[in-house]
Amino acid sequence: MAEADTAKATRFETVIGLECHVELSTATKMFCGCLNAFGAPPNTNVCPVCLGHPGTLPVPNEKAIEYTIKIGLALGCRIAPHSIFHRKNYFYPDMPKNFQISQYDLPLCVGGHLDIEVDGETHRVGITRVHLEEDTGKTVHGGATGRIGGAEYALEDYNRAGVPLVEVVSEPDMRSAEQARAYLTELRATLESLGVSDVRMEEGSLRCDANVSLRRPGSEELGTKIEIKNLNSIRSLYRALNFEEERQQVALERGEPLIQETRHWDEGKGITTHGRSKEYAFDYRYFPEPDLAPLEPDPQWIETLRAELPELPAARRRRFQDELGLSAHQAGLVASSAEWARFFEATVSAGADPRAAANWMTGDLAALLRETHQSLTAAKVTPEHLAELVKLLDEQVISSAGAKVALAEAFATGASVDAVVEAKGLRQVGDSEALGGMIEQVIEENPAPVEQFRKGKEGVLGFLVGQVMKKSGGAANPKVAAELLRERLSGSG
Amino acid sequence: MTAELCDLTAHDLSAKLAAGDVRAIDVLESTLRRIDQVDERLHTFLTRTEGQARTQAGLVDERVARREEVGPVAGIPLALKDVFCTKGIRTTAGSKILEPYVPPYDCTPWERLQAGGAVLVGKTNCDEFAMGSSNENSAFGPVRNPWNLETVPGGSSGGSAAAVASGQAVWALGTDTGGSVRQPASLCGVVGFKPTYGRISRYGLIAFASSLDHVGTFTRDVRDAATILSAIAGHDPRDATSLPEPAPHYGAGLDAGVQGLRVGVMEDWLGTEGVQPAVRDSVRAAVDRLVGLGATAETASLPHADYALSAYYLIAPAECSSNLARYDGVRYGYRAPGGGDVMEMNMRTRGAGFGDEVKRRIMLGTYSLSAGYYDAYYGQAQKVRTLVIRDYEEAFRRFDVLVSPTSPTTAFRLGEKTEDPLAMYLSDIFTIPSDLTGTPAVSIPCGLSPDGLPIGFQIMGRLMDEATVLRVAFALEQDLRFAARPPLLEALSA
Repeated sequence: MAEADTAKATRFETVIGLECHVELSTATKMFCGCLNAFGAPPNTNVCPVCLGHPGTLPVPNEKAIEYTIKIGLALGCRIAPHSIFHRKNYFYPDMPKNFQISQYDLPLCVGGHLDIEVDGETHRVGITRVHLEEDTGKTVHGGATGRIGGAEYALEDYNRAGVPLVEVVSEPDMRSAEQARAYLTELRATLESLGVSDVRMEEGSLRCDANVSLRRPGSEELGTKIEIKNLNSIRSLYRALNFEEERQQVALERGEPLIQETRHWDEGKGITTHGRSKEYAFDYRYFPEPDLAPLEPDPQWIETLRAELPELPAARRRRFQDELGLSAHQAGLVASSAEWARFFEATVSAGADPRAAANWMTGDLAALLRETHQSLTAAKVTPEHLAELVKLLDEQVISSAGAKVALAEAFATGASVDAVVEAKGLRQVGDSEALGGMIEQVIEENPAPVEQFRKGKEGVLGFLVGQVMKKSGGAANPKVAAELLRERLSGSG
Repeated sequence: MTAELCDLTAHDLSAKLAAGDVRAIDVLESTLRRIDQVDERLHTFLTRTEGQARTQAGLVDERVARREEVGPVAGIPLALKDVFCTKGIRTTAGSKILEPYVPPYDCTPWERLQAGGAVLVGKTNCDEFAMGSSNENSAFGPVRNPWNLETVPGGSSGGSAAAVASGQAVWALGTDTGGSVRQPASLCGVVGFKPTYGRISRYGLIAFASSLDHVGTFTRDVRDAATILSAIAGHDPRDATSLPEPAPHYGAGLDAGVQGLRVGVMEDWLGTEGVQPAVRDSVRAAVDRLVGLGATAETASLPHADYALSAYYLIAPAECSSNLARYDGVRYGYRAPGGGDVMEMNMRTRGAGFGDEVKRRIMLGTYSLSAGYYDAYYGQAQKVRTLVIRDYEEAFRRFDVLVSPTSPTTAFRLGEKTEDPLAMYLSDIFTIPSDLTGTPAVSIPCGLSPDGLPIGFQIMGRLMDEATVLRVAFALEQDLRFAARPPLLEALSA
C-alpha cells in the first residue's frame, strides 16, 4: 500500500469526471399530469401517457424546464436559445415506449463550472452540459435468488417512469477521490439550495456515475476510461474511486492492459466488478423527437429566473466568514446545506453568538442527529432552543457540562432550555456561601492533593475544582469554585 | 333508384333531423341495414358498435324531441379508422399485435365528435399501422372496393373510404401519412380531405410516423368535409404539435367561387410515366372547368418533389421504427406464448405480431437511424424535406392552389402490386409531398375511367389555408356534378 501510494504520487495522475442524474421535485411528471411522488404503491401514479399506450403524446412540464434552467444558471452555464429533445432508442421493459425522451447534441444548458474546495485550495470543475430527460420505471426481479441472473419473473413499477430527470455532466477535471467527493457534495448543496430536487441519494433522487482513468503526469491524452455505476452515496463514490484508482494502478504497474468497460460498485465487498464492455455498447439511434417542438425559452424569462436565484452555498460560506466571523472550516460545515444554513441563521437572529452557535451545531447537535438518524428539519430542537442555550452559557447561568445535558434534553423532548435548566437543576451555583460548605468538605476529604497544592503544585487545583463540581451535581460555577478554593487554601496557610 | 337515408350527405340529414322529418335512429337503422347487406363482401369493419350507436342515436332523438338545438354532427352515422383510440372499444390498428387491445381513453377527434352527438357505427379496416396503399396489409384481410370487388379500395384508410362510398357510414375519419386519406378517397370516388399538420389533434391516434401523420376526413361532398373539420379542428393541449390558432368555421365562404384565382397545374406530374391516360384526360378536363369558372391556370413546378418519395421512405420508416418499439408484449396487446427471458418474449411477440410490410419498414428505419448511416439517410432526407417545403413556399407565391391527379391510376386489382413494394409505393407519389410539407390538400371525384372506376382530382393549398382549398373544391364539385354510384349499390336497389 505504501509502495503503491508512492507510485501513484510519482507515476500516475487520476482523471475523474462525474455524470449525475437529478430527479426534479416537480409536482407532476415530465410529459403527463401524473403525480411525481416517491414511495407510492406500485403502478398507482400512472396514466396512458406514462405507460406508453398507443396514440398517447408527450406534453412538456414547464416547471421542469424552469428547474433545469435554474440549475444551468447556478452552474454558470449558457442557456441554449434553441435546444431539442431527442429519442434514445433501446429495449428495456422498465421503459414503456422502449425509447427515452432525452437530449442529445442540443442540450438546454452548456459550458458551466462548479468551484470546490479541498484542503483549503479552490478547484474549478468544468460543467460540460445540463440536460433534461425522463426517468424510467423500476424492475423488481423475483424468484429464487432475487438477482437478475436467477430470476424467475420480473415485476415492473412505472410510478417513476416519466419523472423529470436532469443530467449534469462534468468535464474530466477532478484529480482525486477527495475532489470528486467535494464536487458531489457541492453539487448536492447547490441543488438543495435551488429547491429543485430532494437530492436523496438513498432514494435515488440524486444518482451518480463516475468515469475514471489514469495517465502519466504531464500527458494530455486520457487513459482507458472506466465507468463506475451503482454509487448510492457520497461515501460509495469516495470508496469506489479509491478502490478503482488502486486497481487500475496495479494493473498498469504490471503492464496489464485495461479495457474500456462499465464496472459495478459492490458496497458490501468494497470492490468494483466487471459490468459491460465497450463492444457491447448500444446504438441508441438518436433522432429528434417529432412529437415535441424545439425548446426556445424566452430570454426575458431566463433573466427573471437568474434574478430569482437564491444564495448558493459558495456565496453563503463567504458571507458566514466575512460577516459572521466563522472560520473557513465552520462556514464549510454550516453553509454547505441549505437546511443547516437556515437553522444557523435563525439561531443567530434569535440572538446567539455566531461562532458559538456554529460550534454547538457541528458538535453536539450533529452528534445527536447522527445517533438518532434524524434530519435537522425533522428534529424537535429549534433555533430558539440553541440561541437560549448559547445565551445562558455566555451569561454563566449554566456550565458547558450543564449545557450539554440541556441540549440533549431539549433535543429529546422539545422542551424549552429554561424549563430543562430548572427541572434538572442545572443553574450554576456561584455564590460563596452556597459553595463554602462543599469546599470545606472537599478539602477535608482530599488531604493529599491539598498538601500538594500548598507546596506549590498548581495543577492540582483543577482536580479539586472537579471534586466540587461533582458534589454540586454540575451546578457549581467552576470559576467561582476555583477562586474560593485558592482563597481558602492560601488564606489559612 | 331511390337513395336510402344512409346514402344522403350529412348536411341533408342534419336538416331533416332538425326539421323533425327523420329520427337519428331511422338514419342509423338504414346505415346498419346497409352494413348487413354489403360488409360481408367488402370487409369494411373490424369492430361494429351498433349497440352503442343505438344509444347515441336515441340520445340525439331525445334532445330533438325536447326541441334542444343539436349540432351538425349530431345523429350522423360515423366510422373511425381502427387507428383512433376509443375508450372501451377494441382498437387494433389492423395488426395482430393489438388484436386484443381495448384503449382506456378516447382520442381527441372522437371525444369532440362524441360531445357533438355523433353516432359511431364501427371501427374500419386498414393497412397494418396505416402502412400501405391498398389495404392488403391488414392482418385481418383486405377491404374490397365497392366500385369493383376485384379491385382494392386504396390505403391505408381503405375501410373508411369504402364505408362512405357504400353507405355504411355517412362520413368517416382516416389518417393521411403519405396519402392514406386522399388516395383511397380517389379510388373509391369520395371526398378525402387532409388539413394542415397540427390542425387536428393527433392525441389518441396510433402513431405511424409522427411528423407526417395527419387526421383526415371522408365525406360525400365538400360541404360535409368543411363541417366535420370544423367539429374536430382546433388546439388540443394534449398534443404539443397542435396549432395554437383557433380553427375558423370552414363552412363559411365555401361558395365564394374561383373568379381570378390562380391555379398552378402540375404538368410534370401529369406527364409522368405511369399516369393512366383516362386519369390525365379527366384531370385536364377539370382544370378547364376551373378556367371556365373564372380561374387562371398555368404550369407550376416543384423541382425537388421528385425526391419527396425517397425522402418519405427514409423519414417515415425511421419514425415508425421508434414509434412501434412499444409493442413488446409487456404492458398490453398480444404476447406470444412460451418461456425464456424478457428479450426472447419481446422478439417472439414482435416476430409473430407484426406483418411483413411493418417489419420491412421497421428494419429500413432502424438501419437509416444507425450510427454511421444517420447523416447519409435520415439527415439527408430531412434536408430534402426542407427543400420541398421551400418549393411549395415558392410555388404559392405565384399560385393560390396547385392541382394534379390524386393518384396515377384508378383502383388496381387485388394482388397486382403486393409482390412489388416499389410499384405499390409509387401510387402515393402525388400525395406524399403535401404530407412532407404539412400543407392542406383534398381529393374530389372528377370522373370515371372507361372501366367505370372513379378518378380523383387533387387540390393542394398553402399552409393553414384550408379555406381556399375547400372553396376551389366546392366550386369544381358544383360544376362537375359527379353523381355516379358504385354498381354494387345499384344492384341492391334493383
